[in-house]
Amino acid sequence: MTVGQSVNRKEGRDKVTGAAKYVDDYHFQDIWYGKTVRSTVAHAQITGIEFLAGFDWSTVVLADYRDITSRNIVALIYDDQPLLAESLVRHVYEPILLIAAPTKELAELAAKHVHITYKKLPAVLTIEDSLSAEQKIFGDDNVFKSYTVTRGNVEDAFQSAEVVVEETYHVGHQEQLYIETNGIIATAKSDGTILIQGSMQCPYYVHRAIKELFGLPDEKVVVVQNVTGGGFGGKEEFPSVVAGHAALLAKKCGHPVKIVYERGEDFVASTKRHPAVIRHRTGLTRDGRLIAAEIDLTFDGGAYCTLSPVVLSRGVIHALGPYKCPNIRVTGKVVATNTPPNGAFRGFGVPQACFASEMHMENISRKLDISPVELRRKNMLHQGDYTLTGQQLTYSVGTQQVLDAVLERSDYLARRSHKQPELSNKRYGIGLSFYYHGGGFTGSGEEKIKGQAAVELTAEGTVRILTASTEIGQGTRTIFSQIVAQELGLRPEDVEFEENDTSKVPDSGPTVASRTCMVVGRVVQMAAASLKEEMAKRIASLAQCQASEIQFEGRHLLWQKDGEIISVSFAEAAERCMSRTGFLKTTAQYSSPPGIKWDDVTYSGDAYPVYAYAADVVEVEVDMDTFEVKILKVTTATDVGKAINPTLAEGQIEGGTVQALGYGLFEEVAWKDGKILNNRLTNYIIPTSLDIPDMETVLIENPYPYGPYGAKGIGELPMDGGAPALVAAIADAVGAVVTEIPATPERIMEAMEKLAVEA
Amino acid sequence: MNKVYSPKELSEAFQILNSYQPLKIVAGGTDLMVGYNSGMPVPDQLLNLWKLDELRHIDEYPSLLKIGALCTYTQLIKDERVRKYAPTLVDAAKTIGAMQIQNRGTLGGNIVNASPAGDCLPVLAAFDAVIEIGSVRGLRQVPFTDFYTGYRQTVLAEDEMVTNILLPKQKTEESAKFYKVGTRAAQAISKVMMSVRASIDAQKCVKEIAIAVGSVAPTVIRTRLTEMAIRGLIIDESLIATARKEMMEEVRPITDIRSNEHYRRTVSGNLIAKFLRENYLA
Amino acid sequence: MAIKIVVNGQDLEVSVSPMKRLLDVLRQDCYLTGTKEGCGEGECGACSVLVDGEVINSCLVPVCQVEGSEIVTVEGLAENGKLVPVQEAFIKYGAAQCGICIPGMLMAAQALLDSKELSKQTPTRYEIREAIAGNLCRCTGYMKIVDAIEAAALSTLEKK
Ligand SMILES: Cc1cc2nc3c(=O)[nH]c(=O)nc-3n(C[C@H](O)[C@H](O)[C@H](O)COP(=O)(O)OP(=O)(O)OC[C@H]3O[C@@H](n4cnc5c(N)ncnc54)[C@H](O)[C@@H]3O)c2cc1C
Ligand code: FES
Ligand code: FES
Repeated sequence: MTVGQSVNRKEGRDKVTGAAKYVDDYHFQDIWYGKTVRSTVAHAQITGIEFLAGFDWSTVVLADYRDITSRNIVALIYDDQPLLAESLVRHVYEPILLIAAPTKELAELAAKHVHITYKKLPAVLTIEDSLSAEQKIFGDDNVFKSYTVTRGNVEDAFQSAEVVVEETYHVGHQEQLYIETNGIIATAKSDGTILIQGSMQCPYYVHRAIKELFGLPDEKVVVVQNVTGGGFGGKEEFPSVVAGHAALLAKKCGHPVKIVYERGEDFVASTKRHPAVIRHRTGLTRDGRLIAAEIDLTFDGGAYCTLSPVVLSRGVIHALGPYKCPNIRVTGKVVATNTPPNGAFRGFGVPQACFASEMHMENISRKLDISPVELRRKNMLHQGDYTLTGQQLTYSVGTQQVLDAVLERSDYLARRSHKQPELSNKRYGIGLSFYYHGGGFTGSGEEKIKGQAAVELTAEGTVRILTASTEIGQGTRTIFSQIVAQELGLRPEDVEFEENDTSKVPDSGPTVASRTCMVVGRVVQMAAASLKEEMAKRIASLAQCQASEIQFEGRHLLWQKDGEIISVSFAEAAERCMSRTGFLKTTAQYSSPPGIKWDDVTYSGDAYPVYAYAADVVEVEVDMDTFEVKILKVTTATDVGKAINPTLAEGQIEGGTVQALGYGLFEEVAWKDGKILNNRLTNYIIPTSLDIPDMETVLIENPYPYGPYGAKGIGELPMDGGAPALVAAIADAVGAVVTEIPATPERIMEAMEKLAVEA
Repeated sequence: MNKVYSPKELSEAFQILNSYQPLKIVAGGTDLMVGYNSGMPVPDQLLNLWKLDELRHIDEYPSLLKIGALCTYTQLIKDERVRKYAPTLVDAAKTIGAMQIQNRGTLGGNIVNASPAGDCLPVLAAFDAVIEIGSVRGLRQVPFTDFYTGYRQTVLAEDEMVTNILLPKQKTEESAKFYKVGTRAAQAISKVMMSVRASIDAQKCVKEIAIAVGSVAPTVIRTRLTEMAIRGLIIDESLIATARKEMMEEVRPITDIRSNEHYRRTVSGNLIAKFLRENYLA
Repeated sequence: MAIKIVVNGQDLEVSVSPMKRLLDVLRQDCYLTGTKEGCGEGECGACSVLVDGEVINSCLVPVCQVEGSEIVTVEGLAENGKLVPVQEAFIKYGAAQCGICIPGMLMAAQALLDSKELSKQTPTRYEIREAIAGNLCRCTGYMKIVDAIEAAALSTLEKK
C-alpha cells in the first residue's frame, strides 16, 4: 500500500543537494538578456519615445508592439491586455518597450537611456473612484463582470428577522511572493519554432499565448517547465507575459533570450490578490439562526481583466461560507482601475470572501452574545443540505468533524475562558474560523477543459506518467507516482515522469484550482487502470488465463494455473506486452461525476463536484503597549477526503495557513499615485520562522467517491481561514473587531480607540 | 574596475583615507551592498575594513567597555563582558536582522550608516557612549549624542573613520531596558525603539534617568524634557501619566510606509509608561 | 583582479571585479548554481553560504572580503554523494516543497548544528527558529523544516 504513506518527495534529493535546475541556473553560450521598459504613469497617452545619446544603440536590439506579427494580446479571457502598450498606458509598470543585449548590465544601461513622454489622463486608482464611473476606463461603468445569485425571498425574510447585523469589510492586495522570481528563456529556431522554458504553473497557457502572438500552429510552439520555485497562482497566467516578451526579443535578435526578473521588478510587474470591499447584511432569529442575507462583493481588477471574472465567481459562490441560509442574495462585481492587473493567487477570491464572512460571524456572535461555536453549529451545512447555489451536498461533508476536531485538539472551550494574565499588559485571545473550498474548476469548467493524462510502459519495464500538471512544490510528482504505483502494484520509485514539455505531454489542464490531485490525479488513476487492463489482457492471452484473474502485486503479475500460483515480474510482463507493438500507452480524459448540473446563466446548481472543509483555531497574545500580536498556537483540522501522502498534505496546510496568517497580520501593498512603495522584501513583510509558532494539523478523511482513492483538492483551502481566525483572536483579546486586514498594530490601536470613544 | 584597498593595519587605513579620496568605506557591507545591488553606482575606490583585526577587540576598563568598530553583532552577543556590562546592547544586537546579518553587520557600520532606525543607536545614546574617531591626524573623541549633525549626517570628516566605541558600563544599581517595535519578529526594521537607563531607589524614586528614542525623528534622540519631568520623582500613577504625555509631546515622528505618526507617538508614550510601571511593580 | 578562495574544499582563483558579489562569483565563475538569489538585499537568505564556518548572505558580500576564506555551498555538504544528516532529514520530513529556499536553509541549519554551544545538547525548537529566521520560505510554513533540523540535531549529537 503506497497510497496513504508519507513516501519521500520524488525530487527531494535534487532539492537538497542543489542539483535541481531552475530557469536562472541554465546558461547557454550565445544567450542574450531581456529588459522591459515600463510606464511610469498610471494613465496616459504615449507621446514619444526618445533614445538618448550617450549610448551605443547598435549594441542592443529593441522590440515594441509593431514587432508582434499576429495579435498584440496576452491571450486569456477578454484578450484586452496588450503584450506591449501601443499608444495608451493604463497602469504604472505597463510594459512598453523591450531591450535585448549580450549582458544584463548593458540591457539595464540601455533602459536608462530610454525616455518616454506622456500626455497624462485622469487615473482611476480606487474601487470607489471606479464605481462612481466619472472617469470611464472600461465600458460604460468600469465593470469587468458582475454576478447575482439569489435564493428564496430576501426582502420578506428581512422583515421577519429579529436581529439584523450589518458590517463592511476591507482587504488589500497580497503578493504571492514565491521566492523564485519569474523567469523565462526563449529561443527562436530557424524553422520558425519557438521554444520556451522557464518557471511556470501552466505550460499550455503559455503555449496558447505564444501561438496567438505570432499566429503559429500548435507544433511550432514548444513550452517546457523548469523546476519552479513556487507559484501560488502567481505563475498561472503571468508567465505568458514574460514568455511573450522573451520570444519577441529572441525572434528579433537571433539569440536565445533570458528574462529573469530581479525582486523589485517581479513585485511591481506581476499580478497580486484582488483587493475587495465586502458588505454583509444578515437577518437572524434572536437565537442565532440565519434567515436572510445580503452580501455584496466588489473586487478591484486592476487595469486589465486577466482572470478576474473567474476569481470573482469563486468569491461570490463562497461568500456565505459553509452555512445554510434559505433567503440570500449575493451580488458581486469586479471593476477596472488604473493599477497593475490583479490575478490568480491561491484561494482565488475565497480568502477575501472568507475573511468577510467569518469576521461577520464573529460580529454576529458578539452582537447576539452567542458563542462562536454555537453560532456555527446552528447554521453549518450538513450532508443533504443545500448551498447558496442550490447544490445539494450528498457526500463527503466533513463540517461537523472538522469543527469537533479543531475544538478538541486546541482545547478551545477551556482556553476561551482562560483568565487574562494579571499585572501584565498582555492580553490573551483565541479565535475560530470555519470554512470550505470547492475543488476543481467552477461550474462547467472541468467539462470544457477535459483534462488528459497518459501512462506508458518504458523500455526498462517501468512506468512513465505523461501529464502537463506541473510540480511547483506541492507534490504533484510524488502523489501521482503513488497513485500509479498503487494501481499497478509497483513502488513509487518505479514510476517516472515524461519531461513537462508541451510537445510530449497531453494537456491536463492548468495546475490551479486545487484540481491537480483530485481531478488530474483521478485521470492519472484512470489511465493507470486502463494500462493495467490492457496488460492483463495481453498477458492473459499469452498465459491462457482470464484477464480478470491477473493480480498486480509487489511489482509482479500473479495468477493461478492448475492450482499453482504463477508470477512474472512487472518488468518482464511489460516487455512481453510491448513485444509486438514496441510500446504500450493509455490515455484518459476527465469526465464529471454523474448527476452534476450547472447553469451558467442563473449561477445555480453544482458549483463544484465536492468541497473540502476546514476549521482553524488561532491563539494570540496582544501587547497592549505596542499593539503587537504574537501568535501563540495554531490548530487546524481539515477534511481532505483522503491523504494520498499525509506529510505532503500537512505541508500544504501548514504552508497555506502561514500565507493566510501573513495576509491577516502584515502583508500589505502601499501605493502612491498608482505606484507601489514597498516592492522589496525589506518592506513587504511576510512571516519569518519566528513569527509563526508550532502548528497542529489534524487530517480528517471523508472520502470523495470520484477522487483518486477518495482525495479532494486541498491546495487552496488552507489559505482561506487563517486570517479571520487570527483577527477573531485579536478581537477576543482586545475587545475590538478589526474589519480591515492586515490587522496591523496601527489598525488594532485605531479599533481600540474607536471602541473607547463609543463607550 | 573598482579599486579596493584592504589594509591589515589601522595606520595603513588612515594613510589610504588620507591619500585616496573620494573613497567609500565598507565594513560588513550589509547596508552598502543593499544599495549597490539595487542600482546605486559602486564607487571607483573603496576601503575594505574587513581585515582590520585591530578593530575587533573588546577591552574592559574600570567604568567602560571599549568596543572595536568592526565588532559584529554575533561577537557582541557572545561576549561575556558585553553581556554583563551592556546587556541592553546585547538585547538590541539580538533584534538585528537575523543570523546572517548578525554575523556580518558591525557596530561601526550601524553608527556611521546613521539611519534613524539603527537599533543599537538608542542604547549608545542612553548610555552616553563616546565615539572614537581616527585619521592620520590622530584620534579624537566625540560624545555619541553630538555625533549626528542632521538626517544621515555625521561629524566625520572625509579622511576620518570610526575606530572604537567607548561604552560606560551599566552600574549594578541601574535598571535598563531596550524596546524594539518592529514590523515583525525577525528581519524587521524598527517603527519605534527606545532605550532607557535609570537609577531607581528603594522608595521608587527615579534618581537619574536617560531615555533615547529611535525612528521618531531624523536622528536618534534623547528626550531630555521627558527625562526632566521624571527625574527626582517617585513613581506613581500620576508620574506614569505625566511621563507618557511628555514623551508623546516630545517625539517628532512621521508617517511612512512602515507606520504612521499617531501610532509612533502613542507607542513612544506607552513604552516609557511601561518602563516606569514595570519598575514600580518590581 | 585575481582572487583566491576555497570553495567546497577546492582552491580556486577567479579573475573578477573585487566588488562582484560572492553570489555571482559562485554562480557564474564557479558554476555552482545551487546557491539561489531571492531578493539581492539580504532579506531572504536563499543565497546563504558558510564563510569560515559562519552563515552569511552571499548577495551582500563583495568577493574581495572573502579572499583566502573557506566557503561552503549546498553542493559541498554531501561527501561523495553521501548526504549529511540535515539533508537526509529534509527529505524524510518533507521539509522541501518548491525547493528554492532550501539550499540557503540547509546552510543556516548546518551552521547551527556545527556551532560549539550545541555540541552537548540539541537546540530547542525556538533556537532552531532563530537560526533560520533569516531564511524566508513561502511554501512550508516552516514546521517541517524545524522538524527536520530537530531530527538532524538529534542524530548528529548521537554520532558525537
Ligand atoms: C536584511 C537586513 C536586515 C537588517 N536589519 C537591521 C536591524 O534590524 N536593525 C538595524 O539597526 N540595522 C539592520 N540592518 C542594517 C545593517 O545591517 C546595520 O546597520 C549594520 O550594522 C551595518 O554594518 P556594516 O558593517 O554591514 O555596514 P556597511 O554596509 O559596511 O557600512 C555602512 C555605512 O557605514 C560606513 N562605515 C562602516 N564602518 C565604518 C567605520 N568604522 N568608520 C566610518 N564609516 C564606516 C560605510 O561607509 C557605510 O556608509 C539590516 C540590514 C539588512 C541587509
Ligand atoms: S538573495 Fe541574498 S538574501 Fe535574498
Ligand atoms: S520550499 Fe518553496 S520557498 Fe521554501
